[in-house]
Amino acid sequence: MLDLKGYGPSLLNGAVVTVELAFLSLLVALILGLVGASSKLSSNRVLRAVATGYTTLIRGVPDLVMMLLFYYGGQVAVNSLSDALYDAYGVDFFFQFDPFISGVVTIGLIFGAYMTETFRGAFLAVDSGQIEAANAYGFTPWHTFRRIMLPQMLRHALPGVGNNWQVLLKTTALVSIIGLTDMVRVAEQAAKAERSPFLFFIPVALVYLLLTAGSELFIKWLDKRANAGVVKGD
Amino acid sequence: MAENAPLICRDIYKRFDKLEVLKGVSLETRKGDVVSLIGSSGSGKSTFLRCINLLETPTSGDVIVHGDPIRFKTNRKGERVPADTRQVELIRAKLSMVFQSFNLWSHMTVLENIIEAPVHVLGVPKQEAIERAETYLNKVGIYERKDYYPAQMSGGQQQRAAIARALAMEPEVMLFDEPTSALDPELVGEVLRVMQSLAEEGRTMIVVTHEMSFARDVSSQVLFLHQGVIEEQGSPEKVFDHPESERMKQFLAPTF
Repeated sequence: MLDLKGYGPSLLNGAVVTVELAFLSLLVALILGLVGASSKLSSNRVLRAVATGYTTLIRGVPDLVMMLLFYYGGQVAVNSLSDALYDAYGVDFFFQFDPFISGVVTIGLIFGAYMTETFRGAFLAVDSGQIEAANAYGFTPWHTFRRIMLPQMLRHALPGVGNNWQVLLKTTALVSIIGLTDMVRVAEQAAKAERSPFLFFIPVALVYLLLTAGSELFIKWLDKRANAGVVKGD
Repeated sequence: MAENAPLICRDIYKRFDKLEVLKGVSLETRKGDVVSLIGSSGSGKSTFLRCINLLETPTSGDVIVHGDPIRFKTNRKGERVPADTRQVELIRAKLSMVFQSFNLWSHMTVLENIIEAPVHVLGVPKQEAIERAETYLNKVGIYERKDYYPAQMSGGQQQRAAIARALAMEPEVMLFDEPTSALDPELVGEVLRVMQSLAEEGRTMIVVTHEMSFARDVSSQVLFLHQGVIEEQGSPEKVFDHPESERMKQFLAPTF
């Protein structure tokens, strides 16, 4: 099929890496977002301060800087930790920061901060009467969260989550800088070697477009389902 | 005797910061009582109702549900809070509330709204809860709307669904917080008729209301609150026809 001067298969592998990276990062970001939003809205002052520090820090530093910091800095930190552990307790522990893990951690952390803000707004948009009714009927806090807060919050969060997801998907391209062989890196190397940038970068652009357009459709469908029972314009 | 009373409130005080909303309100109900709480806006009647199921914590005073007094403690900030949240959950399950703005869960159908608490709070098997829900939906006259979402129904239908949700808990006492105040005038009647039929069945109800004809015709006991104090209390005949306090006379004057 698409041979692309013999680079076809490795580009395809790169695309798979991109998709894996994006989904794993999304998972991390969603979890961090839920935890972050719950912390920001909690009555506990320490939790609130930690979550606020997290979002301020992450949203204020460029993604690329963050990624370089985690990849190079992360390894240095792990190395000195393992040295210290070995010296102090004789524990032999080593952990290799590979570009894929660095990518998931960094992108997850960055978008976790954006998700935190999205979820926080969505939680605040839930009508307080809905929570009050749950309290008045003897729900436990966890039951209220799971059965009332979460489904109603998701309805408000979906458009924002969808937007974050599309930006996240495109941000994965940055990981090629720290040496992950995602499809951007394969294309870059191929384009250099073959001196034909269009041949390699246009398919890459198309793959991204395909992924984002596909997600847009999926999010629309989710949105429709989540908004069952909502009368527009009400 | 008193142990069998579905609900006793003794000397309830409630203060929000500097504002004292309730200044020693007491209430004793017998089974089958319909108590109407009347009074102008800001008199504390809704706050009193919300103190009964602990949506607000009384600053002092006791709430005793079927002989079971709610236990309180003082937290680190020096505020009075319920000592045992599990006890509060159990007691709330015995006191169903109907809200002014219905507060049906908007992401669930009417049937799902009604079975949610019986299944997950009381542990009723789902099939039984559905049968129960259908019985009560028939009673309030909206059985055919059971698969609708709240936003697809009129205010009167939503409030009747909310009453069915309250009934499905088979509560000791039903609490109504201005159940008709958010309704268009032509929809008030259908809700009041349902409430009247519940009263006739001998259900114990506490109703905060501005509907004087309902208070007069349906209740067994009327409490008139003014600035956080009960100014007048007794049978509807006594409160409406032979009021002793000046406040009550003034309150009734514009309605005649």
